Amino acid sequence: MPETSAEGTGTIEALSLVPKAEARQSMKDFKSDQEVRWCPGCGDYAILAAVQGFMPELGLAKENIVFVSGIGCSSRFPYYMNTYGMHSIHGRAPAIATGLATSRRDLSVWVVTGDGDALSIGGNHLIHALRRNVNLKILLFNNRIYGLTKGQYSPTSEVGKITKSTPMGSLDAPFNPVSLAIGAEASFVARTVDSDRKHLTQVLREAAAHKGTALIEIYQNCNIFNDGAFEVLKDKQQAEEAVIRLEHGQPIRFGTDDGSRGVVRDAQTGDLKVVTVTPENESQILIHDAHSASPTTAFALSRLADPDTLHHTPIGVFRSVDRPVYDTQMADQLDSAIEQNGKGDLAALLAGGDTWTVVG
Amino acid sequence: MTSQVSSPAEQADEAVVGEQRKPAGTKDVRRLDRVIIRFAGDSGDGMQLTGDRFTSETASFGNDLSTLPNFPAEIRAPAGTLPGVSSFQLHFADHDILTPGDAPNVLVAMNPAALKANIGDLPRGAEIIVNTDEFTRRAMQKVGYDSSPLEDGSLDGYSLHPVPLTTLTVEALKEFDLTRKEAERSKNMFALGLLSWMYHRPTEGTEKFLKSKFAKKPDIAAANIAAFRAGWNFGETTEDFAVSYEVAPAAKAFPVGTYRNISGNLALSYGLVAASRQADLPLFLGSYPITPASDILHELSKHKNFGVRTFQAEDEIAGIGAALGAAFGGSLAVTTTSGPGVALKSETIGLAVSLELPLLVIDIQRGGPSTGLPTKTEQADLLQAMFGRNGEAPVPIVAPRTPADCFDAALEAARIALTYRTPVMLLSDGYLANGSEPWRIPELDELPDLTTQFAQGPNHTLEDGTEVFWPYKRDPQTLARPWAIPGTPGLEHRIGGIEKEDGTGNISYAPANHDFMVRTRQAKIDGIEVPDLEVDDPHEAKTLVLGWGSTYGPITAAVRRLRNAGESIAQAHLRHLNPFPSNLGVVLGRYEKVVIPEMNLGQLATLVRAKYLVDAHSYNQVNGMPFKAEQLAKALKEAIDA
Repeated sequence: MPETSAEGTGTIEALSLVPKAEARQSMKDFKSDQEVRWCPGCGDYAILAAVQGFMPELGLAKENIVFVSGIGCSSRFPYYMNTYGMHSIHGRAPAIATGLATSRRDLSVWVVTGDGDALSIGGNHLIHALRRNVNLKILLFNNRIYGLTKGQYSPTSEVGKITKSTPMGSLDAPFNPVSLAIGAEASFVARTVDSDRKHLTQVLREAAAHKGTALIEIYQNCNIFNDGAFEVLKDKQQAEEAVIRLEHGQPIRFGTDDGSRGVVRDAQTGDLKVVTVTPENESQILIHDAHSASPTTAFALSRLADPDTLHHTPIGVFRSVDRPVYDTQMADQLDSAIEQNGKGDLAALLAGGDTWTVVG
Repeated sequence: MTSQVSSPAEQADEAVVGEQRKPAGTKDVRRLDRVIIRFAGDSGDGMQLTGDRFTSETASFGNDLSTLPNFPAEIRAPAGTLPGVSSFQLHFADHDILTPGDAPNVLVAMNPAALKANIGDLPRGAEIIVNTDEFTRRAMQKVGYDSSPLEDGSLDGYSLHPVPLTTLTVEALKEFDLTRKEAERSKNMFALGLLSWMYHRPTEGTEKFLKSKFAKKPDIAAANIAAFRAGWNFGETTEDFAVSYEVAPAAKAFPVGTYRNISGNLALSYGLVAASRQADLPLFLGSYPITPASDILHELSKHKNFGVRTFQAEDEIAGIGAALGAAFGGSLAVTTTSGPGVALKSETIGLAVSLELPLLVIDIQRGGPSTGLPTKTEQADLLQAMFGRNGEAPVPIVAPRTPADCFDAALEAARIALTYRTPVMLLSDGYLANGSEPWRIPELDELPDLTTQFAQGPNHTLEDGTEVFWPYKRDPQTLARPWAIPGTPGLEHRIGGIEKEDGTGNISYAPANHDFMVRTRQAKIDGIEVPDLEVDDPHEAKTLVLGWGSTYGPITAAVRRLRNAGESIAQAHLRHLNPFPSNLGVVLGRYEKVVIPEMNLGQLATLVRAKYLVDAHSYNQVNGMPFKAEQLAKALKEAIDA
């Protein structure tokens, strides 16, 4: 559990360089004067409300908060936040945010992106931001479709998806963003769902407290082009079989009757599998360890879900580990350069090397 | 310009001229006013290092100089082949010179390939020092010599010095505990020692350099120094070298001051550090390695104690993206690249145009298209810099004219970016980047004041009296918008690449607003204040030669030749390619003929013809090498006579 309180973030080390708000904030402090223009019923509204509702909890000076986005429906997000913001170009938000975060450590920098923006055109920037561990919080709205261009398949769409650009079904094997992030050395990876405000807020809280890059995949419903894509995770009855809620330190159990099903390690293969919990196997149910140094089990958890049916989809924090933070290290190098060589002296720099003097 | 400059020396590349006998010891010493030396060998022979060291010795001696490194893109091209030849040309003089010289007076050829690749550039009578050890039958056959050029009389017109450089080096190092192969590696230092003797170069600098370069391998340092000294002593004692030469310091050619030798990329790096200090903003470089721009990334990475942040990105796009993010946060932001990288950065440059944030985009041009000639020079990115973006996306363009001028050009690019809140393209090229010349080190109080003001509070009053901040409310003078950086309370705002409403910066698709914004962004760039173009025209000529960028040296040298030969020709050189100086149209109108030499197929000429309806004549070369002064003089003469 992160140490936060409604009073502020004094105890959050990850935000220790960001100035605090002078007065208590409310959700409306974070609403800009711009009319929100997503389609009525879009999952983005719920995410926006959750983020605006969560921000006061951090208690940061809102002028020190920046939202950077790329292109796509989700990337309109910064316009609706009454903070600093940049709506940039397709796929490049992690790169732009990296420059901002590394040069301004007094800022809390958030990236808002979608499955096309982050995983297709911007895939390179995403994986490199993750491996560097820059102090960024990346909200990846995954609706498994291209919305803004009106309904082509995306890099997370299921194989065989019929869309405008794939009338006979898509051929591409999809990315699993959580698997990808773990493979890219991410230090914090979580998944949540747009409609579960409580869970979404809790994941935001843990991400905000994380030092380094946090990737949050948010399953988001596009009610125009891919409606009901995550219904199986939202419908109370179906969700019991489909959703696995990960909680650090807790046995990984789900299903009816308070956890009739559980995740165990297969003794033969070492892989994870879902079993019906019995008194005999109950002790073998895996205890979720988000802080494990090895990413192996987190990765295996990310592979439990069936990409087509979404059965056995874990949500929550897969991985949260401490690793050196890029911007901190960059600042440390600047400090030690000054320590070793003294503060830069331009006149001395220009006059360095072999010189000669011409006199009149 | 001094009177020495107008001496026939500049005209005569055919031979070393201006000799004055001066006896010294047992050997003759002749005085020359200038010399062009070319070191050539395999790309693994250390020719660039040899050239660099000779240049440093020459700079510290006080000659004027100009250099032309020329090397293949391959790190170790196949040994002994023509494509693998790497060379370094140095022109040094007792007076003001402008180019690395057309034709070498001295060629040092470390192998048959180096001889074959370079002999065509040598005038008859030139001195050739060859490493005879490498002239084996097989090595000669490899480059197509059927008989030995050292023996078949084909070099009779030259002054040939056959020297077994490898054998002598190995012999000199026999006391060292080195394998033969290790000892052979020092042969470039033997050659350097010999040439240092021939031209009376100071040697302390090189010995010091070797000590520090091989500080961790004292044996290697000592061996190299021994080889270097052996080369010097060889010149002193052997009868084959009967004469040595003096080239006096070029004291009269230079204004009073302290000087150093500097390459274009180093000068550019220093210019960026200086701009950061003068603007009182931290410097942020986002870059991806690319030839011939990487040296700037390397150099700036050394200066973290100036608060310089360097970020080696995952690709060109991330390099400029990170820089733009830093610019949003209030840094002096820079990205460095070459032509192919500019292509990748284009979309982000367009975003910077739309966001109206200061950003320096440094393009060290090389031969194109595509990968082209990574290590060779060209000026063919001008139209890319000018137009290479979607939509109407005007970007100011600044071009340095000499290696040392890269320092001032960086400061000027920063001035424009910061004053007008715009990305600025700086177009250097491979020739300027790697070439070097003496530079008068400026005093800090000579540097321009680049301080800029971040927005601090509201800048607009609504009708109801509310004070608000409008991110796109412009300065009426410069049309620049306020730079409001995150962390400033009350100025929270959102910007993006979608068209913005004038003033508020809110998203707007209104037709009239877009028309207004497009015209306003253009007007801002068109209205950038740049100094008038200066014209050098002592004789009221009828023909004007107009250039930009690195052709300054060769064009000026050609103009001198023509004037010395009694021709009238006017010369002007553009630093600002966008916007052009406001007097350019008037200047062009004064001349019957306008000639524009470029290392492309006529890109400036295209712009000039389009804008001023002038029938400018284009003279072009795109062979990866700078113009030669003699060739340009001939072309200009033809233009005058046409």
